[in-house]
Amino acid sequence: MEESISIKDQSNPGNRLKFIIAGVLIVAAMIYLIVTSTKAGAQYFLTVDELSAKSTSLINRDIRISGAVLGDTIHYDTETFVLEFDIAHVPGDNNEIEAQGGLAAVLHAAVENPDLNTLHVVYSGVKPDLLRNEAQAIMSGRLGDDGIFYADELLLKCPSKYEEALPEQAES
Amino acid sequence: MLANLGYGALIIALMVCIYGIGAALYGVIREKNVWVNSARNAMLLTAPLITLSVVAIVILLIDGNYELDYVASVTSNSMPLYLKITALWGGQAGSLVFWSWLMSLFASAVTLRRWDRDREFLPWVIIIVLVTLTFFLCLNIFLENPFARLWQMSGGLIVKSMLPPSGAMLYMQSDGNGLNPLLRHFGMIFHPPMLYLGFVSFVIPFAFALAALITGRTDDRWIRITRRWTLVAWLFLSLGLVLGSRWAYDVLGWGGYWGWDAVEISALMPWLSGTAFLHSIIIQEKRNMLKQWNMALIILTYDLVIFATFLTRSGVLSSVHAFAQSAIGPLFFAFIALTFLVSIALLMHRWNDLKSDSHMTSLFSREALFLLNNLLFMGILVVCFWGVIFPLLSEVFTGQKVTVGPPYYKAASGPLFAGLLLLMGVAPLAAWGRSTYKTLGRAIWKPAIFAIIGIGWAIVEGVKNPWALLGFGLCALVTGVIVEEFWRGARARQRTKGENFVLALWRLAGRNRRRYGGYIIHLGVVFMALGIIGIELFQTNTQATIAQGEQITLDGYVLKYEKLSIFDTEDRRNIARAVVHVYKDGRFVQELYPRRDFYYESQQQMTIPGVRSTWEDDLYIILVEWEPVSAESATFKVFRNPLINWLWFGAIIFMLGALAAALPEKEGIVQIRQVKHSEYSTAKV
Repeated sequence: MEESISIKDQSNPGNRLKFIIAGVLIVAAMIYLIVTSTKAGAQYFLTVDELSAKSTSLINRDIRISGAVLGDTIHYDTETFVLEFDIAHVPGDNNEIEAQGGLAAVLHAAVENPDLNTLHVVYSGVKPDLLRNEAQAIMSGRLGDDGIFYADELLLKCPSKYEEALPEQAES
Repeated sequence: MLANLGYGALIIALMVCIYGIGAALYGVIREKNVWVNSARNAMLLTAPLITLSVVAIVILLIDGNYELDYVASVTSNSMPLYLKITALWGGQAGSLVFWSWLMSLFASAVTLRRWDRDREFLPWVIIIVLVTLTFFLCLNIFLENPFARLWQMSGGLIVKSMLPPSGAMLYMQSDGNGLNPLLRHFGMIFHPPMLYLGFVSFVIPFAFALAALITGRTDDRWIRITRRWTLVAWLFLSLGLVLGSRWAYDVLGWGGYWGWDAVEISALMPWLSGTAFLHSIIIQEKRNMLKQWNMALIILTYDLVIFATFLTRSGVLSSVHAFAQSAIGPLFFAFIALTFLVSIALLMHRWNDLKSDSHMTSLFSREALFLLNNLLFMGILVVCFWGVIFPLLSEVFTGQKVTVGPPYYKAASGPLFAGLLLLMGVAPLAAWGRSTYKTLGRAIWKPAIFAIIGIGWAIVEGVKNPWALLGFGLCALVTGVIVEEFWRGARARQRTKGENFVLALWRLAGRNRRRYGGYIIHLGVVFMALGIIGIELFQTNTQATIAQGEQITLDGYVLKYEKLSIFDTEDRRNIARAVVHVYKDGRFVQELYPRRDFYYESQQQMTIPGVRSTWEDDLYIILVEWEPVSAESATFKVFRNPLINWLWFGAIIFMLGALAAALPEKEGIVQIRQVKHSEYSTAKV
């Protein structure tokens, strides 16, 4: 029964047009949604060096930045929940990190090297468990007029252990 | 010794796979059944071989054979037994073996089914499954060997190798690194295996789809064979996602259930295409339409599964889940590209054979609304995919790496999810074939009353947020539709068969498990949506440093800090545990113990919240800091997560519905229909 209905209707050009228009409208709406959300949610992924090179043009834009945490600079005020620390520059490119001996080695070198660019970070919230010397901090937030980075989100990676205990060159 | 045995078993399994592929190909080209049967036996043989390898790894993990790199990197002496066993999937090499093992078990289950009516699929299904298995075994054997030992060279350099390098001594550590504390959770037992089961079982419908394309048997036979596989795959994948979400909620410390992390998204993507597939195969079964689309969806799902395994295991994107960088990335990419191109080429080859003779007639027919559902799922998939690749694209085209975070995903996918919720309400009311906005309007007024009552109730409760009101309204609408569907069906049975209402309801659902299981799944989704609306739009929090005996207030709750004790445990943790008394509306309700564990061996700490769970909300207390010695004062952060438990409850309903739908139906009637249908389609050819 059902088959016969559809066979009867199959050569209806107006019908097809109706579907095409509806489909195009829906797809257009979805593209619009994705484009506007991308614009609103875009974050510039920068290294500390890049940020210091063009700091003025980036003030008050959404930025995602990563760097090596300098353990001595970590300060947490438990009254106000304000966490402050400095990060040192690490390369943003994975290949570059690999070339320098892996993330753990790069983070270690960054913390040891006093000549690198550093950035002061302010974050309010709970102090993350993984925040410590030589951790990689990945943050999103804004650069203030005062040159301080105000982070809204703070992610940490500690590559020194777990699955990467062996330095890369030891792979046979 | 055991390591050699395990590694040897993997190598033999690889050879068996390669033989199986060859034998099946030869058998099908020369039309020699003996060879196909031999290939089938080869496929059956992979399961015991890989099982042997898995058993070897597990024994090595439990025994603490730290001369093995893998064992040393994921276990330690102080870990409890269950975690040593789960360390099988705690690192890259082990989880790839685990993947292969599940694949071989599923392959065997498929091999053992009765093939009488679809003999022509058999060799191709064998080939496709074995090619996939070969790929994963190669990764393990050549790149990510869980049995590789550590050797110390004469110069002191530590080398990882299966065979001893010349002049090297076995490097034996007395203790291992241990599993990352973030992974030391009961979630570790179930979340990764469920996700992997979901991933692996989607290979089966894909294999049948390709077999159908290759043999040219393009009726819906492949769908009928694999629909239960698909449901099972989808059930496992859903379960894996929800368990991961629950785990994050318990462990990550702020009550987050979903972070739009790249790895979470990569596991969500095959779920999205798989869910679209589950819906659109119904149209193919009922109306013989969308055949090309279904093929495209299952191909997409398969490659998204491989992609998800790759993302979780390659460290190509920065994410809390990615533990490792490794050489397997390019190989995964090559494999995905190869399988995708070959599959699409086959689909193009059969494109005209898959043309449908039926056409959609009405924009408001059930099939049109199903198509819209597919469009929305694909839309969310595109949102996810775009978000994941956007940083890579922007770097290539502008030289500037630009990423998109959770705000992007929420803004872009939110309206699409709302659209799906609306469709969940409307689509069951539409008829197959023809349905106009008039007939739909007549059908919807009763559930619409539900929606109005729902919104009204929310307003009385003090909800003002328009998005929340919209969400609650949609939830009520869908609930209304589901209740009405069950009611109408059961009443009709009651009239025609004279059964009482409860029995009628039971038999109704029992006779058509996929349909009514589907409604139960929808009901689960509604509950989950309530939980998501609750935590996303109404979460409140506060924080304070207080002395013992002092209190914090939040939304009618009073929390009193009683005391704090600091002590060491046997498994080398230092625990700081606070005792907090919770009062609600002036009455004592519960004692909670937010705590902080410090792992000596890894120098890592982990915050474990104290949680009071009710249907209304979760009170979630985190111990942030404390006065070192006296514990005189301590700092707490407190969250109130309204309705969040509906998310977990909804997930359970969802799983029950999926289980009901996946259970075998009463065969009789279905069988007759199948035969008629295939006669019909062969007659057309």
